[in-house]
Amino acid sequence: MFRVPTIKSARELISMRAAGRVVAEVIERLKEVLEPGVTTGYLDREARKVISKRGAEPSFLGYTPIPGAIPFPGVICTSLNEEIVHGIPGDRVIQDGDLVKLDVGAIVDGFHGDSAVTLIAGDGDKTERELVEVTRRALEQGILAARSGARVGDISATVEGFVRPRGYELVREYTGHGIGRRLHEAPQIPNVGVGGQGPQLRVGMVICIEPMVNIGTWRTEVLDNDWTVVTADRKLSAHFEHTLAITPDGPEILTAL
Amino acid sequence: MAKKEGIEVEGTVMEALPNANFRVELPTGHKVLAHASGKIRLNFIRVLPGDKVLVELSPYDLTRGRITYRFK
Repeated sequence: MFRVPTIKSARELISMRAAGRVVAEVIERLKEVLEPGVTTGYLDREARKVISKRGAEPSFLGYTPIPGAIPFPGVICTSLNEEIVHGIPGDRVIQDGDLVKLDVGAIVDGFHGDSAVTLIAGDGDKTERELVEVTRRALEQGILAARSGARVGDISATVEGFVRPRGYELVREYTGHGIGRRLHEAPQIPNVGVGGQGPQLRVGMVICIEPMVNIGTWRTEVLDNDWTVVTADRKLSAHFEHTLAITPDGPEILTAL
Repeated sequence: MAKKEGIEVEGTVMEALPNANFRVELPTGHKVLAHASGKIRLNFIRVLPGDKVLVELSPYDLTRGRITYRFK
């Protein structure tokens, strides 16, 4: 429950880079094995193998956001189509054309890395491909705004200014976040906001930016499993996320190979 | 993994109430009833009237919140 952003030392950043690298390797592996016909549980097991092989620990397995909540039962989050985030891996078979969101977290030396991608099983249709492309580019734009001296609102306004003019909506009830020894640290990084407002970004801060872009409403619901977040109108949603460090030379993405 | 949004605002403690509850005034002039979070309690951080604190408001009831940080 760190409510003030933590500043990472050079040594801590080495651990965070290592954690980010494991996350990136997991996502690479999942991209290789994803195809129509595999189950979300299979992807979860593949992720666990990579994380174990690297001597890391999964960030999400058993994670409880508030005391008393149901611990997250998967190694990774697998969210399909209208599911936005926090989908639970299981027996569900991925169909041709499914929009597959994979969210991965790993711990190395006590530090977390966290990243997400949206993939299409098979070729998908034009609607899906455009949604994925806008979301991916929204993350890129947000990362470019994450410079020392800028404020969190500058990231939010950049993402919002990129996505909403293109006719999409951004999820508001879930946000990006600081990251370090804890998966969720201050500051929270909303995907909508006003430039020049919010906490200032400083060298040594490590944050996760994660636009969640919906075709329809930004409103969300949580399914009975207490975890899976879906769009209120059950229309498609896409999600990309990177962990990045604020350095004197600009943002350094930690969850890219 | 995305974080569930909470609304965080700074405020000033007006009055200490029983059971680690406090009346906190926000810069907007609103007064909220806030209780000390577990972390603050565990570390025996004393919150006194006049202290600047960070309050996490419930999105569902903006008159109540929890104190998550006391500024030095």
